[in-house]
Amino acid sequence: MRHRPVADISHLPTYDFGSASPMWWGTLAFIALEATGFALAIGTYFYLAVLARHWPIGAPAPDLLPGTAVLAILVASVVPNHMIEFWARRQDLAKVRLGMVVMSIVGILPLIVRIWEFPALRISWDQNAYGSIVWFLLGLHTTHLLTDVGDTIVLTVLMFTQKGKAGRRFSDVSDNAFYWDFVVVSWVVLYLVIYWVPRM
Amino acid sequence: MARCMSLLASSRMLTRPRMSLAFTCPTQILTGIVPGKAAQQCLRWVSAAPMLVLAGCGDRQSALHAHGANARRILDLIWSFSAVAGATWLLVMLVLAAALLRRRLSETTRSPLEIDSHQERRFAQAVGSAMALTVLALVMMTTASFFAGKSIASLSGTETLAVRITGHQWWWEVRYPGDDRSQSIVTANEIHVPVGEPVEVELDSLDVIHSFWVPNLAGKRDLIPGRPSQLTLIADKPGTYRGQCAEFCGYQHAHMAITVIAESREAFEAWQSRQNAVASAPGGEEERRGQQAFLSTGCALCHTIRGTPASGTVGPDLTHLASRRALAADTLAMTPGALAAWIADPQSIKPGAKMPRIALSADDLNAVVTYLGSLE
Amino acid sequence: MSGIAGKPAEHTQEALKGIRDTGLEEVRLRTFLAPAWRTPKGLYGWLVTVDHKLIGRRYIVTAFLFLILAGLSALAMRFQLAQPEAGHIGPDLYNQLFTMHGTTMMFLFAVPVMEAFAIYLVPLMIGTRNVAFPRLNAFSYWVYLSGGLMIWIAFAFETGADAGWFSYVPLAGPEYGIGKRPDFWAQMVTYTEVSALAVAVEIIATVFKQRAPGMSLDRIPLYVWSVLVTAFVILFAMPAVMVSSTMLILDRLVGTKFFDPAAGGDALLWQHLFWFFGHPEVYIIFIPATGFVSAILPTFVRRPVFGYLGIVLSLIAIGFLSFGLWVHHMFATGLPQLGESFFTASSMMIAIPSGIQIFCWIATIWGGRPIFATPMLFVLGFIFTFVIGGLTGVMVASVPIDLQVHDTYFVVAHFHYVLVGGAVFPLLGAVYYWFPKITGRMLSERLGRWNFWLVFLGFNLTFFPMHILGLQGMPRRVYTYPPASGWGEMNLFISLSSLVVFAGFALFFLNLLLSLRNGRIAGDNPWGASTLEWATTSPPPSYDFSRLPVVTHREPLWAEPDVLPVVEGLRVDAREVLAGTVADAVPQVRVPSADNSIWPLLSAIAVGGAFFGSIYTPWAVVWGAIPVSIGFICWFWPKGEPEDEE
Repeated sequence: MRHRPVADISHLPTYDFGSASPMWWGTLAFIALEATGFALAIGTYFYLAVLARHWPIGAPAPDLLPGTAVLAILVASVVPNHMIEFWARRQDLAKVRLGMVVMSIVGILPLIVRIWEFPALRISWDQNAYGSIVWFLLGLHTTHLLTDVGDTIVLTVLMFTQKGKAGRRFSDVSDNAFYWDFVVVSWVVLYLVIYWVPRM
Repeated sequence: MARCMSLLASSRMLTRPRMSLAFTCPTQILTGIVPGKAAQQCLRWVSAAPMLVLAGCGDRQSALHAHGANARRILDLIWSFSAVAGATWLLVMLVLAAALLRRRLSETTRSPLEIDSHQERRFAQAVGSAMALTVLALVMMTTASFFAGKSIASLSGTETLAVRITGHQWWWEVRYPGDDRSQSIVTANEIHVPVGEPVEVELDSLDVIHSFWVPNLAGKRDLIPGRPSQLTLIADKPGTYRGQCAEFCGYQHAHMAITVIAESREAFEAWQSRQNAVASAPGGEEERRGQQAFLSTGCALCHTIRGTPASGTVGPDLTHLASRRALAADTLAMTPGALAAWIADPQSIKPGAKMPRIALSADDLNAVVTYLGSLE
Repeated sequence: MSGIAGKPAEHTQEALKGIRDTGLEEVRLRTFLAPAWRTPKGLYGWLVTVDHKLIGRRYIVTAFLFLILAGLSALAMRFQLAQPEAGHIGPDLYNQLFTMHGTTMMFLFAVPVMEAFAIYLVPLMIGTRNVAFPRLNAFSYWVYLSGGLMIWIAFAFETGADAGWFSYVPLAGPEYGIGKRPDFWAQMVTYTEVSALAVAVEIIATVFKQRAPGMSLDRIPLYVWSVLVTAFVILFAMPAVMVSSTMLILDRLVGTKFFDPAAGGDALLWQHLFWFFGHPEVYIIFIPATGFVSAILPTFVRRPVFGYLGIVLSLIAIGFLSFGLWVHHMFATGLPQLGESFFTASSMMIAIPSGIQIFCWIATIWGGRPIFATPMLFVLGFIFTFVIGGLTGVMVASVPIDLQVHDTYFVVAHFHYVLVGGAVFPLLGAVYYWFPKITGRMLSERLGRWNFWLVFLGFNLTFFPMHILGLQGMPRRVYTYPPASGWGEMNLFISLSSLVVFAGFALFFLNLLLSLRNGRIAGDNPWGASTLEWATTSPPPSYDFSRLPVVTHREPLWAEPDVLPVVEGLRVDAREVLAGTVADAVPQVRVPSADNSIWPLLSAIAVGGAFFGSIYTPWAVVWGAIPVSIGFICWFWPKGEPEDEE
């Protein structure tokens, strides 16, 4: 077929932020499918709770301290996370580098606290269905946390190399920050389910 | 020894090619005439597939021969849904055929994008009315289905008798809970019910999920471990109704059948009192030897024979084994030959079944068969 | 978001890099584009490519190989069932055969083949050069392949799954599952879910962002709409089976108690979770098939589909409704009557959007001039059989009827009418329709007609009698039945008819092989179709289009048959595609598109190894995480120019 040029797009940028970038939509799609997974796991929790005569089955409600500590760290992390997002959009390399270091540390902290969180459930996964589902929920979120912290650290290292200077990196940083918000929100919900439903 | 071998051989011949004799058409058994196999085959082919829907023995396992209120209500629904579905399909096909074959006005090549707006409007109207009809039909069918379900549900609560069925891989344990424990009946793979009376069937499973289904009498209901459920059965006329497990349950899902025998109230009560009794004591030398062998070779670890020390609960209760019509959940007819074959080598008849092969001498095997055959 | 105006300095600098296609002659254009988008020759190229056409093609071929395996298992089953109490195949093998048949057809054939066509066709139909995440695409294929190979190799070692394609617990659970069979099944499911989810994500991003300028929502081809809706259904349905198969494997491996009623678990929980995925699964297969119909039909009746908007809304409605039906697989478990009535009503409701589509297609035929080429025959065969399947679907939606026909051959007949009539017929039509685009050669019409009539007649003769068998009381999944049941004659008839279907498929594959070498040369647009994939050469070049098209009409090639409006200003010396706004496809960004890479394959091997190991020990997940992370880091680590990334 013959071609008839009708538009010139040579002036367009090669990266952009938020919904302009296909990557942002990919991230959103991953968030949607992971959220569905969380929702179904939480659905299973309530399904089992309704079936059981007493809930939690054969165990006291979990210890509040470690889970609440994780909650506090994650909620606090929202502030540097949004600052990073702001700096990334302004393409301020020095501040983004600093922010990424902070976010890497903020990401590792809850993982350390989590070591105490599993025993704080005060039940083993193979004791009964209640034990299985709370371990499952916590395990799911831990995996989730682990992968995003891994991502953050790799991106942090990247920002300190030559490649960090490419404009596209800032778009990546902003998508990473977007995903971190989801990690925080999902923990708020899971925290309420794991720690407060048994106390109701 | 030789006698036993010939017994085994004959039972093999009985069991191998057509294992289940229990459901040979009763007329064939009565007349004893079995036409030549080829001729029989020809006859059946002539009677063609659609005829099979309408033909067949009355007692055959089929949802199309309803002999109980539950099944009949569903069958009515099946026919009315089929009629609506058939008419709808025909209508759609006629319109499709018309659309394909209708005469086109001119053969001139015009651009595919030249759309007749008048025709578009008529299409919109046609699709709209077709959808309205569809919605109407769906509402009617949903309502019909709801009321059929309600009328079936209304059967429960009127029962005069309860039967408790527990599913096992791959047989059915049947209990009739009595007023006191000594009155309760335990049997397997066979339910007796008084004709015309609603019977509550309580269902539970101790291993995997099974499904209790006697299509001539009622729809199915799953037996789910940890979730007891129930179903109401009524048989309208005396007869033997075959049912089969309808939820895949492992190796021998195919050989997990159950028989419902509907009989008059008197016959049912007579059966009940016979079943209530403990097993009859062995009556002769051979039977005594059989009982000895049964108790000493391990059979008793899995089977109960009330009135003897045998009290295993893994396999079916054998107290009145010989009164039943079939063996191994309707895998074999209850004949001495079949019984011998089954005990001698259950795994070749029902591969995977939980009953192991037990080494018995030929004479012991004969004695056990004779003994079990006496447990009417 | 941040517009072109007010962009920072660095932005502008990057925007000016590279050689552009502006004003280049066609020949010169190709000398730049071909090396930029090329896949290296030989085995290495085969392993590293991220070309959506190569990946789509191998996806299609692999899916059809699995179809052959599953078809042969079906043939073996029909051999055993031809006579009552036949002894050809014992229960152990038979149970593996029907499980492998169902599992393969659903997870390894039907869903992947629909994704495969989407991967191949979507970029061409929306006028771009690759999917949004090309490396994810390559990764998804390798993961799918390893899952499929794993379960079939396990079958060869007598560890084939044998608890049915929906693996109900406790039969598949820690106590009753045989050996490692259910574990292989559960992990195979995990593999294929990972790959399906990856494809769904990339399809959504591709269709949302990479449509040709001017392809606003109301100009998206109906096929692309159908795969977009499907991708969303995958996104929300597949996590359910990932969650449930993970729970199953945990129950079996580390002793969790999700499904153990003695410890507060529940056997029905599995069924709820599985069918929450399992019912949408049917629509994941069926919706793209309706997309094939909407693509093929207008070409062979020479007019646009009637009721574009109605069909799009129906697709979306089917997507939503498919999540409200799962309980109709569980009527026999004895749920409360009110709940059952709700699911009866919702199951019947899905007949409404399906009906709208059927009526719109018939109206399209009425208003057009039908040409009875092979793809069209398959479309007509589809309407004939699918309407039957849909109507028996209305029957099984009724709780009382379902209680008689559930788990019988009636249901077997029903879902084969829906899945073969409703999805495989359009799929075969699609193969005949797009084979010229994919290979450059036409399939033989003569063999095609034989192929169609054998498959169509054979299918109906095989599966229609099963309705009657089911009503006559024959349960499904039995390896044999007693002679006195009266089912023998009809089973023999069915088994003989299945040979006709087999012959039809043999002809199909023969036609493919013969035409691949000797078929008539197709040319760009052999059918005179209207969508963008026909605007490029057959087969398309590695870069799909030498200039990216601009869309001004819903049927672009009919609106302007000789000249293709295009954009100028893209880079030609590096991989670059155009991303635009979601609603109106107004260009926003020139996005670099990922280059070939070995890391998707290596990552897939690492992920596959971890899944496989987890069948034997939970530590496999922990240790497996190391190679998996290395794989992913290397995959995403930018190499050379910043354009080299995803």
